Amino acid sequence: MSKETLLNAALLALLALFPLGAWLADEPFLITLTTRAVIFAIAGVGLNFALGLGGLVSLGHAAFFGLGGYVMGVLAYHAQTYTSLLSWPIELSGTTAMPIIWLFAVALSALLALGIGALSLRTSGVYFIMITLAFAQMLYYFTISWPAYGGEDGLSIYVRNKFIGLNTMDPIQFYLICYGLMLLVLALVWTFSRSAFGLALGAARQNEERVLALGQRPYRLYLTAFAISGAITGLAGALFADLNRFVSPTMFSWQTSGEIMIFVILGGVGRVFGPVAGAALFILLEYSLGGLSDYWHVYLGAILLGVVLFARGGIYGLLTGREVAHD
Amino acid sequence: MTLKPFAKPLALSASLALLASAGLATIAGQAQAAGVKVGMITTLSGGGAGLGIDVRDGFMLAIKQSGRDDVEVVIEDDQRKPDVAVQLSDKMIQSDKVDVLTGIIWSNLAMAVVPAAVAQGKFYLSPNAGPSPLAGKGCHANYFNVAWQNDNLHEAAGGYASGAGHKNTFILAPNYPAGTDALAGFKRMYEGELAGEIYTKLGQTDYASEIAQIRASGADSVFFFLPGGMGISFLKQYADSGVGLPVVGPAFSFDQGILQAVGAAALGVKNTSQWNKDLDNAANKAFVDSFQAEYGRLPSLYASQGFDTANLLLSALDKAEVSDADAFRAALEAADFASTRGDFAFASNHHPIQDIYVREVIKEGDVFTNKIIGVALEDRSNAYVDDCSL
Amino acid sequence: MSFILFIEQLLNGLQFGVMLFLMAAGLTLVFGVMGLINLAHGSLYMVGAFAAAATATATGSFLLALIASLVFAAFAGVLIEVLVIRRLYARDHLDQVLATFALILIFSEGTRWLFGSFPLFLDKPDWLSGTVNLPFGIIYSRYRLAMILAGLAVAAGLFWMIARTRIGIRIRAGENDREMIAALGVNISLLHTFVFALGAALAGFAGALIGAIQSVQVGMGEPVLILAFVVIVIGGIGSIKGAFIGALLVGLTDTLGRFLLPWLFQFVMSPSSANAVGASLSSMSIYLLMAGVLLFRPKGLFGSQ
Repeated sequence: MSKETLLNAALLALLALFPLGAWLADEPFLITLTTRAVIFAIAGVGLNFALGLGGLVSLGHAAFFGLGGYVMGVLAYHAQTYTSLLSWPIELSGTTAMPIIWLFAVALSALLALGIGALSLRTSGVYFIMITLAFAQMLYYFTISWPAYGGEDGLSIYVRNKFIGLNTMDPIQFYLICYGLMLLVLALVWTFSRSAFGLALGAARQNEERVLALGQRPYRLYLTAFAISGAITGLAGALFADLNRFVSPTMFSWQTSGEIMIFVILGGVGRVFGPVAGAALFILLEYSLGGLSDYWHVYLGAILLGVVLFARGGIYGLLTGREVAHD
Repeated sequence: MTLKPFAKPLALSASLALLASAGLATIAGQAQAAGVKVGMITTLSGGGAGLGIDVRDGFMLAIKQSGRDDVEVVIEDDQRKPDVAVQLSDKMIQSDKVDVLTGIIWSNLAMAVVPAAVAQGKFYLSPNAGPSPLAGKGCHANYFNVAWQNDNLHEAAGGYASGAGHKNTFILAPNYPAGTDALAGFKRMYEGELAGEIYTKLGQTDYASEIAQIRASGADSVFFFLPGGMGISFLKQYADSGVGLPVVGPAFSFDQGILQAVGAAALGVKNTSQWNKDLDNAANKAFVDSFQAEYGRLPSLYASQGFDTANLLLSALDKAEVSDADAFRAALEAADFASTRGDFAFASNHHPIQDIYVREVIKEGDVFTNKIIGVALEDRSNAYVDDCSL
Repeated sequence: MSFILFIEQLLNGLQFGVMLFLMAAGLTLVFGVMGLINLAHGSLYMVGAFAAAATATATGSFLLALIASLVFAAFAGVLIEVLVIRRLYARDHLDQVLATFALILIFSEGTRWLFGSFPLFLDKPDWLSGTVNLPFGIIYSRYRLAMILAGLAVAAGLFWMIARTRIGIRIRAGENDREMIAALGVNISLLHTFVFALGAALAGFAGALIGAIQSVQVGMGEPVLILAFVVIVIGGIGSIKGAFIGALLVGLTDTLGRFLLPWLFQFVMSPSSANAVGASLSSMSIYLLMAGVLLFRPKGLFGSQ
């Protein structure tokens, strides 16, 4: 077993045991905190699919995170107020069933990612970073000034949505849902990255000409990867909104995009489990530094800087002694 | 009173240590003294930190002066992010087991936190934000606003503008819910014509375009609601433009913390507020003096609101145990405390009934500050009382 | 809508654009010569504004404040270039984004720690206050006119420096071929520090100029930073000329959009909803502009292919 596999197993075990311990110790807030880390991890895994595997540096993944959140908010809002979402061309009402919400969040985020990706992938490098940022900013300003769903105030739903057989308001049960989804997403990404598609994508990242010569079109590969990536981050957005029982335009802000990117880099770019470690560490830092001083952002900044400068490859690079995930 | 800024890392490392030793024993429950545990979620870092710091300092000053040692306050920084505020309220309710929550500055954060907190049986005392949904259909028996309903100061500005003979006012606010509420509040009490109505971008810092439109509109006065840095930018640029029409606004852009950054550009501007440091009552005089002595700066509107919030809480504690929710609620409703604003009572939807004053920006020595020049609205309640089922 | 109002709005757009150019010039130079994306460029803008405000308060002189903004921003630039930034030139964009994001956190909270949480005061000098009368009966702010002139003068100086001086030749050589210029015996690390300090000084200067009519507060750099990025992406990253054209385009689009869109919508809907819809759309206008430009020219207007 390689060091990386060991580390993956340890990480999953810790994320299973820690909330369990907190549950036994009657510390529900620590469960909520871990839930947050797990949801951020899913968002990071999504970005990592485009970033690590395809080399697409997107600074606009807040667009999908926010869209997922608003899918949850809007569907639940209409269900709770018994108003219909659409009356034309088909009658559509809201829902409070989590699986249906996830389905919509994933599908709509994938569609949005297809749209943004189709346009953005015409560019590359810094232009790609900036045009993805621009699309997220458009959505950010749109949600702030669009009055129907609360504008800047955001949208509160007062109870979490439902999942058959579980009480989602109970922190540990909601955590289990999120943890399960994270495992599912990880398995999916793992499979993808080892499929013919994943190998072709990895090859395209390293050498576009070679892939072209093999008869694959890099643009298609990238676009598919971007759509899958957006869909996963959208799912995380829906879960995050359910965790907070609240959505607001902040989810679309460029700082959100930056934070999702931080999870990926902290953990280790290109490692399937990297963002999980990154998100967990980020939450731990936020939580422990916040108590030290009002100016804790300074410490956070210094730590991030240290990671970039001296710990290339993030936590995984540091602990496995290998900077690069792919060889 | 104990402050527990280090509680979080301790609890976390304790829990980690437990896991490491696989001893999943219960963390020793801290003995709960009788009294009250208060959770304060407010903005202490980032751009809007000045407001949160003032609320906190005002609040803690009152707790200190009360001499009570059975009031425990847990203070946390929401970074002005709604999701962080929700997380903190979860923590305070689930982990710290607080009885009362308070502290939130911004309406969007209040909308994210308050409904869930009061639904879980906690009391929430708002020292600042008063969004209209919480005053109307979304009102709750356990939610009390000790500052104002969001529309109040704008309504007062509208009333003042009419009284001062303005007949053709140009109004502007950022394009977000509090901005549209502000313009609606102004129009509710204003009787003249509107020369123009503009929604600006939230966070906008250059107002050259809007000022040009004001100049071209033939207005006789200007009303604006642009909180924080937006207001500073607008006032400086407006003063420089030579338009020179009289300006009316709510107190937020003219408050003690912000006024020094606006400087002479604000001199003479009329603004509406429920409080000022020269209000003539004993509670206020004592507050202004002791705040200056404690923190070495003049108190702001927000500090007075924090101070009043704490005193309301203390007055209710004198009458009832917080564990007896009905008695405690009745004690809060009585609002039997000496407010820095003088007369203070709650309307049926738990928002203040109070006088709203007109202030003028003046210079005292080197310091820009306000003086009261009149009353804009007497015993003003709010427009949403009838929508509330309480 | 009157002709005079329209001209005044054009001037406002020009003024906004010229200030954006001061921000964007440094960003685009640093990218062109060193291949670095610097998210912390907005922090240097903030440093300039705070240095100017503190100096003006201490000395009462606006000119000294402007000089202080140049000096302190350049100094901060040299400091972070030597300590952090130069280690990032060889890294990929991802590392650069994260490291400079971390620098923003440090700068913002560090400034708040030094200066407190309330905005600082900075005002224009008396000799630049008030208005001037332009032809056709246009009344315009004297300070804004001075900003336009100062910005254009700096732009002209920058173009001259790059086209005519020895250091300009080296900068252009560095943009074309990073390895070659080092092989020719130019002290490449000194050149890098110089370019970074120059960009920082320009950003700080813009911060001080704008700080006099806006609010000097923590976090003031970030909205401008994003706009400056939009500018250089539209213009073509690395191109000073592109940054200038891009800045004017963004300045005019934003100013005229805010003003014309609500007015145009009034022809098809009620005034209050026209205001709301127009305001929503105008806040997205520059991003739409950028997306549009990139669709037709994926490397920006003047980007090298």
